[in-house]
Amino acid sequence: MSAAPRAHELGIIGCHVCGLVCREPAGDDAACPRCGAALHRRKQGSLGRTWALLIAAFILYIPANVLPIMRTMSLGDADDNTIISGVVELWVKGSPSLAVIVFTASIVVPMTKFLVLGTLLVTTQRDSDWALRQRAKLYRAVEVIGYWSMLDVFVVALLTALVRFGFFSQVEPLPGVVFFGLTVILTMFASMSFDPRLMWDGPDHD
Amino acid sequence: MSTPGHGLAGTGDADDVAHGQVRAPAAALLICEHCDTVHRSRPLAPGEEIRCVRCGALLARWHALDAGGMLALVLTALIVFVIANVWPVVTLGLGAQQSSATLWGMILTMWEQSSQVVSVVAAATLFFFPLNKMLMLGWVLLFARDGRRAPGFAPIMRTLHYLQPWTMTEVFVLGALVSIVKARAYFDVQADPGIWAYGVLTLLITIFSGIDLRRLWDATEPDA
Repeated sequence: MSAAPRAHELGIIGCHVCGLVCREPAGDDAACPRCGAALHRRKQGSLGRTWALLIAAFILYIPANVLPIMRTMSLGDADDNTIISGVVELWVKGSPSLAVIVFTASIVVPMTKFLVLGTLLVTTQRDSDWALRQRAKLYRAVEVIGYWSMLDVFVVALLTALVRFGFFSQVEPLPGVVFFGLTVILTMFASMSFDPRLMWDGPDHD
Repeated sequence: MSTPGHGLAGTGDADDVAHGQVRAPAAALLICEHCDTVHRSRPLAPGEEIRCVRCGALLARWHALDAGGMLALVLTALIVFVIANVWPVVTLGLGAQQSSATLWGMILTMWEQSSQVVSVVAAATLFFFPLNKMLMLGWVLLFARDGRRAPGFAPIMRTLHYLQPWTMTEVFVLGALVSIVKARAYFDVQADPGIWAYGVLTLLITIFSGIDLRRLWDATEPDA
């Protein structure tokens, strides 16, 4: 046994809610004696659930990018913006640095999540021991940055509430923003349902 | 609630976990949530943190704040939260017309504009979840100052754990900044007290995000 034993080798289990360490229960439906949360050695159905959520999120991400997210009406003219055209407009008319932030939150972060979670799922299913520490780090990064993608959704919502000058100027949300919001929520659920401990369950890595 | 066969944890009995390897009491063990590696816990020096030897995830971190300090922070955050929600965030001017928005104005507008999904997400992640988090945390800390567990401690702590990733106030603040810059091209933009309150709230949330609430389990005793 290696210098750093793993919990299941010692027959113990850590509560994922309160951190209590207790002996691994025999049954499947055990609860933590301290906080009452369900005790699992690994998240249940982790890989299948993560795949399902990730694929669903990716499907919704297509209309989120293709459909316009916001309509600006000004003196009878209507101007529809997609996520990308919104970034371009911000770059040209407002501030390039903010455009970079919005681009990162709306395009880079979701794409990174798809790529990283997809890679983690495939390598974990193959019991790969390739770059384990780096993969572990990638997973933690994805967990931290995930929710920042909601940025554009809040921008559209706030502009809709603010720009209400009737005929002179008006902003309306368009269906793209709903698809985008759903994409973000699904990717958050996807990264939560992935169990990083499975990466280390493959062949002996020490 | 309790399961037969593993009542060891509450007692923290040394030999219960002993499998030849581990002689420390159960309470002194840390299990990495990211790779399941078992570590021995130890007292931390100021500023110190423990990382997992196998995967590098953060296991424990030293905290400057005790329960009383955290309670003060929660109360401050509650007051700022009220200000942030009552005052408008931004006001736009077009000629003689003015239009301002509060968080709830935004939520209701999105509902009327047939984007109910966005409306519900915003109401949950920007209002109900943060508010409930502060109230529950305040309640728990009120008792934790004396080392006691508040009525409903376990379900509240579980709820706090699950709410953790679903508050997005920081993202909203950045969104407000982006909106201001976007609107500045066409309108007179005036930042209102709401946005400053949100800025302060973001600061408080950042301080809080570094605190591992699990230590409240160790800092309190169940009522006998």
